[in-house]
Amino acid sequence: MTALAVSLRGVTKTYDNGIMALGPFDLAVRKGEFISLLGPSGCGKSTVLRIIAELSAPSSGSVRVARREGAPQPGHGIGFVFQEPTLMPWTSVHENVRLPLKLGGVPKAEARARTEAALASVGLADFADAYPRELSGGMKMRVSLARALVTDPDILLMDEPFAALDEITRFRLNNDLLALWRSLGKTIIFVTHSVFESVYLSQRVVVMTARPGRIQADIRIETVEPRGEEFRTSTAYGDYCRKVSGALAPSYSGQSVL
Amino acid sequence: MSAQPAITSKPRGAQRALRFVLPVIVFAAGLLAWELVVRLKEIPPYVLPAPSIIILTLIKDWAVLSQSLATTLLTTLEGFVAASIGGIALALLFNQSKWVEYSLFPYAIVLQVTPVIAIAPLLLIYLEQQTAVVVCAFIVAFFPVLSNTTLGLNSVDRNLIGLFQLYGASPQQALRFLKLPAALPYILGGLRIAGGLSLIGAVVAEIAAGTAGAGSGLAYRIAESGYRLNIPRMFAALLLLSLAGIVIYGVLALVSHLVLRRWHESALGKES
Repeated sequence: MTALAVSLRGVTKTYDNGIMALGPFDLAVRKGEFISLLGPSGCGKSTVLRIIAELSAPSSGSVRVARREGAPQPGHGIGFVFQEPTLMPWTSVHENVRLPLKLGGVPKAEARARTEAALASVGLADFADAYPRELSGGMKMRVSLARALVTDPDILLMDEPFAALDEITRFRLNNDLLALWRSLGKTIIFVTHSVFESVYLSQRVVVMTARPGRIQADIRIETVEPRGEEFRTSTAYGDYCRKVSGALAPSYSGQSVL
Repeated sequence: MSAQPAITSKPRGAQRALRFVLPVIVFAAGLLAWELVVRLKEIPPYVLPAPSIIILTLIKDWAVLSQSLATTLLTTLEGFVAASIGGIALALLFNQSKWVEYSLFPYAIVLQVTPVIAIAPLLLIYLEQQTAVVVCAFIVAFFPVLSNTTLGLNSVDRNLIGLFQLYGASPQQALRFLKLPAALPYILGGLRIAGGLSLIGAVVAEIAAGTAGAGSGLAYRIAESGYRLNIPRMFAALLLLSLAGIVIYGVLALVSHLVLRRWHESALGKES
């Protein structure tokens, strides 16, 4: 139990209007693990992330997030990537990425260096002075990722970050994200509704039921690392996708096909 | 995506030129018709002065009229500044505390819907004339700033609010780095309306003050010239008033464009 990054026990969430969105939900994520939460729309996947990030309080249950020892970091060691790029349109890419450090009171020179490093890590070093609207959808998402990484968090929470992108861009970002994960060794909790994306990226796929979201299946994806395009076309990948789809199917039963 | 995306793209030149040329042609044609009608029908200047006479009056009476213009512009500016600061400050206060908003907002609306021409005589009783005129300009101009700023402050992206929360932003930081910039396009829209309205407020108050006081603004000149049947001077003063309105609007539109041009949809060319 020592190497847990995040642990949720019996967590539920009931909204003010009485709708029970989640749970009871148990989840244990080891340090350095890449897991995906997969489930139908409205099953509370995003709610889980918001609860871990303390953006939303659970109605019951306990949440434990491992904190790194030493000086407190901005964001308490958590980086969050939203479904939308969620950039501030009125300022440059550099300022957007620097924001968490600015809010955390990191000295300017240090913040500048760390911002540049974060931008370089997502391949956008040349776009520091551009404004968000001048970038493509994929580039905006990279900026959003750089902003989440700039505080050097231990845990990266990603809420359907690539859902709105075209497939080619999504594949590239998937590969880049895997490369970042391998080099930085972060714990990543990735929410998606794409079976193929979850199998490709993660070590574990947690399949959730329809509302209120519970765990339907917890499937480990084991293959030769590092993963690459050959994994995406392998039969093992196809088998895993079938298995995960099978686990997901009951969540959609009783719902209209349309 | 190209590596150097275009930041501005201008509408096609011809169309751009048309937008300037057409109103000018209409204006010139209107003036010409006016001049011809007055000359051919031999209408006396105290009924309807020809454009040429109005221009001559403007030059002849420039000493008096420019003085009045300065007075009115100063009043307008004071009213506008007061309305901007007051409107933005009150909106920020509303945004910080629902209690304050619920307590005061109805009165802001009452102030807005009561015609200023009806309030002006009352203000003139209780306040010094110059102050009363500025207060009128303020009353008329302040509501659009307040309501636009409130709208802007309430339109901040929910996820960005979450992001600021995640990184432990203080209320001051959230205000300075998130809410005010996000509300800026709305605030500038409010100021653009307020600029024209504060001129209207100033004029209304000057007219209400009438010849009773020692006023010397343009509206006062119009009223006074009317009593003296100096119709060409009335037109000249009116001309100055509408020019002042156009310049105020233009300046505020330019400021808004310069501030927003790099990021906001409203300030971008159609094809960028």
